[in-house]
Amino acid sequence: MRKTSITLAILFGALAASGALAQKSATESIEEYRKMLEDGNPADLFEAKGDALWKQKRGPKNASLEACDLGKGPGVVKGAFVELPRYFADVAKVQDLESRLVSCMERLQGFNAAEIAKTPFGRGEMANVTALATYVAAESKGLAFNLPQSHAQEKTFYETGKRLFFMRGGTHDFACASCHGEEGKRIRLQDLPDLTKNPGDGVGFAAWPAYRVSNGQMWSMQLRLNDCYRQQRFPYPEFGSDAITALSTYLGVNSKGAKSAAPTIKR
Amino acid sequence: MADPMRIRAQASGSNAVVRVLMSHEMETGQRKDSAGKVVPAWHITNVTTALNGKQVMSAEWGPAVAKNPFLQFTLKGAKAGDKVSVTWKDNKGETRTDEATIS
Repeated sequence: MRKTSITLAILFGALAASGALAQKSATESIEEYRKMLEDGNPADLFEAKGDALWKQKRGPKNASLEACDLGKGPGVVKGAFVELPRYFADVAKVQDLESRLVSCMERLQGFNAAEIAKTPFGRGEMANVTALATYVAAESKGLAFNLPQSHAQEKTFYETGKRLFFMRGGTHDFACASCHGEEGKRIRLQDLPDLTKNPGDGVGFAAWPAYRVSNGQMWSMQLRLNDCYRQQRFPYPEFGSDAITALSTYLGVNSKGAKSAAPTIKR
Repeated sequence: MADPMRIRAQASGSNAVVRVLMSHEMETGQRKDSAGKVVPAWHITNVTTALNGKQVMSAEWGPAVAKNPFLQFTLKGAKAGDKVSVTWKDNKGETRTDEATIS
């Protein structure tokens, strides 16, 4: 009996020592985990799906999206993602990537935009919008964000987004800024970037769309923002609403110079 | 029709590393939907790979494999230009084959 306890003690000592050696901060461990997942990011599957959807003739008008103007001219996909949201003259308003894609789907392919906007994320045509957004984002991987701010509306959207970012509400009296307004904050093990300034390459606005391993879903920026609102216990804005676009504009302009890493993989 | 796989195959020395990303729901049959009904099992049951048409590996998979599975393996004696094909079959009898050339 005595012998056993001594052996145990030795074993424990050894374990404790190796534990101390292998001690890593939670952030490092998560980084390591992400690195391991990076190689087989299922976002690639959504990117491939979006690529095919972009070229495929679909919808009542049986047309492809290849004539869609994402801000850099009809059919130009590369570099479009890092300049969105921006002002579009044909609809006379600022649009983010997803709203723009839905506009194109309506105008070129004859889909019903209102119908798509009402579809929950991950279903029907909305799942296609997310796949398309993943494809468009992936085409700009590694490019630096540089949102245009020359049009008056673009400036208005930035200012509105800033206000929304700091607007407290809901049962918890939370604002986006409650979690994302200063450095070094986290929820459980998730680091929260400070989004009032450029959070760095591939962080925050530069990381979405992303594949969520925990639920096996591809998440677009709008869904990401909606989920932030859900966590604030706040009703979230409708798909394609100006409020969401304004917030995106604020985050996008703040990320100026940050390199896009989207589509990324998240826990 | 199932979505395509992503296959990347890279030669290094006398071997080639093949990385495959499959698009599949991989439903376990253990989950219930919002109405309380069991979501029927729907997952890949067999995976086979071939090098230039000759089978080099076969595997049996079950519900424990994650959604959108990632598979990586090393092929001995494979060189650039060789063709690797991967086939999966699920419990609904659906199947998909994709091919890639080793680079």
